[in-house]
Amino acid sequence: MIPASFDYERASSLDEALSLLAAGGEDARPLAGGHSLLPLMRLRLARPSLLVDIGGIDELRGVQDDGDSVTIGALTTHHEVAGAAALTGGSGLIAKVAEGIGDPQVRHRGTLGGSVAHADPASDLPAALLALDAEVTLAGPGGTRSVAAADFFVGPFMSAADDGEIVTGVRVPKREGWGSAYQKFQRRAQDWAIVGVAAVVNWTDSGIAGAAIGLTNMGGTPLRAHAVEAALTGTSEKAQILAAVSKVSELETPPADENASSEYRLHLAQVLISRAVAEAAGCPGMQR
Amino acid sequence: MATAEKYVGGGVPRKEDPKLITGQGQFLEGLTLPGMLHAALLRSPHGSARITSVDVSAAAAAEGVVAAYSGADLADEWAAGLPMAWPVTDDIRIPDHWPVAQDVARYVGDAVAVVVATSRNAALDAAELVEVDYDVLDAVVDVEAAVADGAPRVHESFDDNKSYTWALTNGEVDEAFAKADVVVKERYTQPRLIPNAMEPRAVVAQPVPSTGDFTVWSTTQIPHVAKVLFALTLGIPESQIRVIAPSDVGGGFGSKLNVYAEEALCIALARRLGKPVKWVAGRSEGYLATIHGRDQVQEIEIAATSDGDILGYRVHILAAMGAYLQLVAPGVPLLGAFLYCGCYGGEAYHFECTGVFTNTTPTDAYRGAGRPEATYAIERAIDSLAREVGVDPAEIRRRNFLPAGDMVQSPGGLAFDSADYEPALDRALELLDYDGFRSDQAERREGGGSRQIGVGFSSYVEICGLAPSQVLASLKYAAGGWDAATVRMLPTGKAEVVTGSSPHGQGHVTSWSQIAADALGIPYEDVTVLHGDTHVAPHGMNTYGSRSLAVAGVAVHNACDRVVDKARGLAAHLLEVAPEDLEYEAGTFSVKGVPDRTKSMPELAFAAWTAHSLPEDSEPGLEASCVYDPPNFTFPFGTHVAVVEVDTETGAVDLVRYIAVDDCGPVINPVIVDGQVHGGVAQGIAAALYEEATYAEDGTLETSSMVNYLVPSAAEFPSFETDRTVTPSTSNPMGVKGIGEAGTIGSAPAVINAIVDALSHLGVTDVPMPASPERVWRAIQSAQGGEA
Repeated sequence: MIPASFDYERASSLDEALSLLAAGGEDARPLAGGHSLLPLMRLRLARPSLLVDIGGIDELRGVQDDGDSVTIGALTTHHEVAGAAALTGGSGLIAKVAEGIGDPQVRHRGTLGGSVAHADPASDLPAALLALDAEVTLAGPGGTRSVAAADFFVGPFMSAADDGEIVTGVRVPKREGWGSAYQKFQRRAQDWAIVGVAAVVNWTDSGIAGAAIGLTNMGGTPLRAHAVEAALTGTSEKAQILAAVSKVSELETPPADENASSEYRLHLAQVLISRAVAEAAGCPGMQR
Repeated sequence: MATAEKYVGGGVPRKEDPKLITGQGQFLEGLTLPGMLHAALLRSPHGSARITSVDVSAAAAAEGVVAAYSGADLADEWAAGLPMAWPVTDDIRIPDHWPVAQDVARYVGDAVAVVVATSRNAALDAAELVEVDYDVLDAVVDVEAAVADGAPRVHESFDDNKSYTWALTNGEVDEAFAKADVVVKERYTQPRLIPNAMEPRAVVAQPVPSTGDFTVWSTTQIPHVAKVLFALTLGIPESQIRVIAPSDVGGGFGSKLNVYAEEALCIALARRLGKPVKWVAGRSEGYLATIHGRDQVQEIEIAATSDGDILGYRVHILAAMGAYLQLVAPGVPLLGAFLYCGCYGGEAYHFECTGVFTNTTPTDAYRGAGRPEATYAIERAIDSLAREVGVDPAEIRRRNFLPAGDMVQSPGGLAFDSADYEPALDRALELLDYDGFRSDQAERREGGGSRQIGVGFSSYVEICGLAPSQVLASLKYAAGGWDAATVRMLPTGKAEVVTGSSPHGQGHVTSWSQIAADALGIPYEDVTVLHGDTHVAPHGMNTYGSRSLAVAGVAVHNACDRVVDKARGLAAHLLEVAPEDLEYEAGTFSVKGVPDRTKSMPELAFAAWTAHSLPEDSEPGLEASCVYDPPNFTFPFGTHVAVVEVDTETGAVDLVRYIAVDDCGPVINPVIVDGQVHGGVAQGIAAALYEEATYAEDGTLETSSMVNYLVPSAAEFPSFETDRTVTPSTSNPMGVKGIGEAGTIGSAPAVINAIVDALSHLGVTDVPMPASPERVWRAIQSAQGGEA
């Protein structure tokens, strides 16, 4: 299929991009790696009147170590994120997630900002950002602002970004000393997750001192499994973890599609949470 | 200079590859002609709907648009509806099938209007402006629902949705079942599959208005057959149609073994508008408008003794035809009809198949066509029998194999050439290390972990070399089974091979060059193979059903022999000896006892061209033709083995090993044979684990793109382990059998049998295809629930 016709502008700075978007009105859309937007346009499910190509704006690219947090520019590709040395401790989760997105071509073209802005509940990065209490930074005609990941994803393909705003990056707390894991379950290597579980765990001699769980494709937005996290804290044995993960059923009813019924998704989530927690805790005895 | 090197059997590099891997291959989308127009079709979004009005005026007025037509506007273009060439019974119901629907749209994707414009983009944009009013009717998309009382009718002119019922009985079936100790009865569904050739379908039709001639480029497997059928559909004299299947047609797997609406439509539009007209399918458009495969419900019963010796078979099939009958669709189940007894014995056999209309994209031959379905049923059911009588699955196959030999009578009614089934099974078990596997499996089960392993077997036999024209006649197939070749020595000692087969990825140029180079004693590089253009290769039955080597390849071989015969006469004349005093080896004739008195094939080619001195009654030139019609089908066979690891907590299946031991007779090129096995096995595994086209109740194709129609990638497969046994066919002088479909035919049941084996200790006896993680998980849950 061939997209409906559209206008195209290439911006050389963030300010230029913002003014082009403002001038283009509500049907203008920013274009980064194109790996979410172009497939929709090809099927004519998206029909933007104007694409503002922000791919050449260098100020939006790169990974910066801020000490106890890491700032990742929106145009940083998944491949670059996967190899970022600054992502240590719990924030290493972001690199692990990026490493498994799509296929090599997608990872070399697709960008972190594009994935976040697209707000697809089946995308991997949003759940990881949620688990890490990351912040999404936005720039718009009225200036810049930060939104907590928990407030950014508001519905399927809907975010807190206003028309004319561009996602400029994310700030991720490092959580030194925490372990991380992303358990992604899919039919084919390059598919979206049927269910994904992003876990960061603070494992101590006395067991789990803290845990945060983000879920991919278990609802209309990425979800935090707060009840599971609370039940996990203080546990140290497999049986206790299995009891804790059952609390995932307290969340909204997961979606059903051609790959999985709601019931099976809920079952998968429990299996994958227990595996992700065990992996993140770095405690082989808790696995399997 | 003649060479003694033998090319046949060697892994020479494929001649086709350099241009394909350096981006110099040409797909039809790249063909542009002066003044060429582009067609785009508007397709019905409804599974079943009466078309109450079509208003093309807004589309016709759009920028760049030359014309826009409804089905009714084009009704007088057709001398006949789209062709169906396999009326399997005398009372088969054959519906009208117009390239653009005229009154009722019967599936999502049925064309309802066409827009012709100066660019493809303009045509696609304008097609959205066509306004169609539909009276939406109830649709039926499932074969069993379609034959139920009160089902919506796909064709109002027929009393129900049955197109035909075809049956076959050999021996005393009721008697065999009456005396059996054990009867296993199984029900399987064959998911609907969507063929995915690399190159989407495309067609360009170029008219010469002053003469009434047409040249049609099409991504077809069957240029010669299509030429005849275009003539009949459009009422154009066959002599005025030239069909060209470009040399790089990018795959087909049966999906281009057809005559499609868009081909007829482009010719009709070119005739009406006097300009070349092109149509190229988008991938998702192809999912709606290109034939699908499989979609059957099967019931199979096996009667056996308590030792597991099979006595008889009963098989009932419902086969989805889709909304219309495409070119050979009714015959597809017949290609499997003789094979539901596999390579096993027995005294009685009954097969019955009903072809059923549904409001879906028409089905037709997809790689294996009828034979994967048959092999799946028998290879799954024989495992059920093994469980029932407590015999090892490898052993029950061995116990029931037909005896080795030529022309071995099968309970299905055909005589199989070159039967020798045990060596392939033995070799597969050896490669597997069967005892070692069973001990690993026992250890895993003992450990009780969530990763359990299983092994599955599939010992298949198939029917290839679709061929003997008289046998095809008895099955009511409307065409012959022969194929043609011309071999021509050029004055400089090179050779041209003109073939009636029409390769689209198989490597015929390579294989035919190997055959001719050896027969003519010239270098492989000196052979050119011409194909696919009806003006260049005037005769052919083309490429499908693993027939090319066993029919057209043998024609090349025989034509080469005739060239050598003619050359012998010329050599004898020039050397002034009797023909029988000459020895021929590797392209050189030498006088017996006088080895330095020789004539080489290039020398003789030049002498035949100058014609300065020829034998009496001999004509200039050195070429010969052969039209070959074999006396029997060929019956390749083999044993495939799958090893899987199943995650019992999630239901995920990891294919750990795949072993294929095939017997296609003597091999022309082992690299090509391995490639065919790899590709075929991948498609069979895809059916077992991933691919399934599904429809919503209203007829919407849910799996409308590769996002949710799960074509697997290399990442989903282990490295395949292939080996061969070689048992020559007696059906042709080369002993060759065909390998294009074997991988697809053998593989799916091996994979599902392996999953069931991995979970048998949990009580699982069946998992439907494709074995998605959820289906595997549910099979475990249900087996465990049953025990509780």
